[in-house]
Amino acid sequence: MQKLRALLLISPLLAFILITFIAPIADMLFRSVENKIVEETLPHTVALIDSGGDIETVVPGEKVFSALYVDMFVAAEKKEHTRLGTRLNYEESGISSLFRKSGRRVDRLDVEVYREQFENIDPSWGEIATWQSLADNSDASDMLPRAMWAYNAWRDYLIADGDNPDEEELEDFIYVALYDDLIALEDASEAGDLIQRSANAVPDFETVNFKEAFIGFDKDWGAEDVWKTIRTYSPPYTEGYFLNAIDLQKEFEGYSVRPENERIYGVLFMRTLFMSLVITGCAILLGYPIAWLMSNRPMREANLLMIMVLLPFWTSLLVRTSAWKVMLQQQGVINDTLVWLNIVDEAGRLVLINNQFGTIVAMTHILLPFMVLPLYSVMRTIPETYTRAAKSLGATNWTAFWRVYFPLSVPGIGAGSILVFILSIGYYITPEIVGGTTGTFISNRIAYHISSSLNWGLAAALGTILLAVVLLLYWVYDRIVGIDNVKLGG
Amino acid sequence: MVDTAEGHAFVEFDRVQKSYDGETLVVKDLNLSMPKGEFLTMLGPSGSGKTTCLMMLAGFETATHGDIRLDGQGINNIPPHKRGIGMVFQNYALFPHMTVNENLAFPLEIRKMGKAEREEKVKRALEMVQMGAFGARRIAQLSGGQQQRIALARALVFDPSLVLMDEPLGALDKQLREHMQFEIKRIADDLDITVVYVTHDQTEALTMSDRVAVFDDGRIQQLAPPDQLYEEPENSFVAQFIGENNTLEGVVEEIRNDQALVRLDGGGLIDTTPVNVSKVGERTKVSIRPERVEFGRDRLGEDAHTLNAEVLEFIYMGDIFRTRLRVAGNDDFIVKTRNAVNQVRFEPGQQIEIGWLAQDCRALDA
Ligand SMILES: Nc1ncnc2c1ncn2[C@@H]1O[C@H](COP(=O)(O)OP(=O)(O)OP(=O)(O)O)[C@@H](O)[C@H]1O
Ligand SMILES: [Mg+2]
Repeated sequence: MQKLRALLLISPLLAFILITFIAPIADMLFRSVENKIVEETLPHTVALIDSGGDIETVVPGEKVFSALYVDMFVAAEKKEHTRLGTRLNYEESGISSLFRKSGRRVDRLDVEVYREQFENIDPSWGEIATWQSLADNSDASDMLPRAMWAYNAWRDYLIADGDNPDEEELEDFIYVALYDDLIALEDASEAGDLIQRSANAVPDFETVNFKEAFIGFDKDWGAEDVWKTIRTYSPPYTEGYFLNAIDLQKEFEGYSVRPENERIYGVLFMRTLFMSLVITGCAILLGYPIAWLMSNRPMREANLLMIMVLLPFWTSLLVRTSAWKVMLQQQGVINDTLVWLNIVDEAGRLVLINNQFGTIVAMTHILLPFMVLPLYSVMRTIPETYTRAAKSLGATNWTAFWRVYFPLSVPGIGAGSILVFILSIGYYITPEIVGGTTGTFISNRIAYHISSSLNWGLAAALGTILLAVVLLLYWVYDRIVGIDNVKLGG
Repeated sequence: MVDTAEGHAFVEFDRVQKSYDGETLVVKDLNLSMPKGEFLTMLGPSGSGKTTCLMMLAGFETATHGDIRLDGQGINNIPPHKRGIGMVFQNYALFPHMTVNENLAFPLEIRKMGKAEREEKVKRALEMVQMGAFGARRIAQLSGGQQQRIALARALVFDPSLVLMDEPLGALDKQLREHMQFEIKRIADDLDITVVYVTHDQTEALTMSDRVAVFDDGRIQQLAPPDQLYEEPENSFVAQFIGENNTLEGVVEEIRNDQALVRLDGGGLIDTTPVNVSKVGERTKVSIRPERVEFGRDRLGEDAHTLNAEVLEFIYMGDIFRTRLRVAGNDDFIVKTRNAVNQVRFEPGQQIEIGWLAQDCRALDA
């Protein structure tokens, strides 16, 4: 009961964390492997490929193309083919336009022959009522899965468009699906009269060669590369994003390393780690003396210092970063001063920004409070008597500091370092503004994939790896330093 | 052993003043000289400047005015780490990131002592405080009393000739404190070191010290051996501060030989020893210890003055009886009597006559 009440008390916070933190992360983790779009957009094509039908060659045969026609027709009507094209384009460039083009062309492909031949067997094939009764009959649906799927899809997109399917003419592609079903049907003896007659007749049908038709749309449909890509990415879950995120690629034949000029993420991860370490180091070097002064000077001076440390918190991040741009650019304050002092000449103005140096300087400045505050709160709790005791035992100021004060302040360094490192490893705005091309972080790349290339799967995989790296480092840190030794205060 | 003659002083404060803020003097005029080997206690109420004096001696605060000399040498400009003074802090200040052994070896390492010698000394210091088995422990794994011993050992391990202790027993319970008082005293005597000890526990001061300096308001009110301090307080502050004390106020009526006759405000005449009074008509506070009050005329002189008193309360305390009386308008006059055979036990409401020897009753400043 007591527990329940306690739980009730924290439930708003719990819900908040769940919704704003856990759920997005879980979603991100999921997106990094999720790949249902291929299966959902081209269900029959994928089913045929997966069942091993007709895939001795990489480019499949007539049957698969026939299924592809039906899938593509529905996708094009629902305008989903371009999404799939975009998705597959991440893996093989050119597929996007291939899909867009084919989507337009399937609509225009003339497949009326199927419909005519079915209506010749029995005119009732042309009536909605016949189809609806088949759709309502589960045995028939089992026997004619594709035709029923095509019929329902047809109804769905009509309704989505605001039309009433009962008043419309059946679309030709449905008959293609019907034909495919009947051809594949092994035993029609159980079925009704209409289906039995039709099944007996279809082998003699005049057909459209879809393979030729598709290759006619675009000769890429006959290329192995396109089919390799589709077949590699047909499963609903894929490790492909993760492989991409570490400069590998998943190919039809197996994994392989990306060509030299396409490898960027390894470098970017290393750079992010390295620069975060440098920033953390700089923050320690700059923050330690400040924190020391703050905890060892009289209250008034300490407060003044505290305000100076906190001041950056009170100004907008963007303003601070832009200020660094003003300071560091080639026509900026620092270069002007150097030129004025004749330390560098006009031509030799230093490049201080839009590179790693700029990012390190600006980020060290911005993250400094996160180092100073934990350091200060730990140092404040180190009584002066320790240093005094050391001195009374004969230690010089330096020895007293190094042997007694410093070891006691290490937990503060630890806490500050974790904060600064983890913050900087995922930092985005500052490197974006002052980082140029050589000073950007992995997060900038993630942002690019989220907002520009829209490759969310890859962005999620990169984010997941980043999260894993941070957790790993945290674990290593716990092993070496011990998380118990990290104090944020008291 | 006590020898304060000039030239033999080991520690010397010479007209020392100290102000933290440049306005109020925390230490007003400190003159003190200590011979080698003395155990001197600074006793006084909170805020009276004891720690400040100790810190000036240790070198953590500088005197605003005056000189501090150690072994004849001025140390005003010598930094703390070169003074070679051992120090036990109130909160022990043992380094929490080191083991007991490392704490003790610290001053020796700094003095660049060899490993073997260092270990030997650490071991001996630990044995001295009966903590031989605790060398490998971390500080947090020790009890308060154990930490106290380690702090003591650490202050002594590098053989300083002067050791300062700032309320080293303040955090211990009564029993342990009494035990440690004895230990500290024993070790100090064994090693023949000079100790400046700060406390505000007067029993501690009286039992341990060769001499006690009573501090108040930034000045030494009296500097004397414990017995003298108790029996012959030089002013009413010391009389009040040390031990239990009855105070009666009045005016000097007559001074003759080495006695003064005082007329009390509440009525009655008493015989006193003049300490801070010299003129007839001067106001005075008369101080008499509870155990020096007599009830029968037999132990007093023929012509001794006595006072009438009413018993208000009788408390049986085992070894002693404690009786509260109303004397000359003072309701808080305490008398202590030994629980001996035939000792009278008073009843509340009883009217009695009390008196005392003039030498036990001191007429002090008002
Ligand atoms: N660092 C300081 N800055 C300013 N004033 C101080 C400082 N240290 C002590 N004082 C003041 O000096 C006076 C004497 O302090 P001190 O610590 O010497 O007293 P103490 O006799 O040791 O008292 P206690 O028995 O409480 O330890 C006090 O009024 C205190 O407020
Ligand atoms: Mg003190």
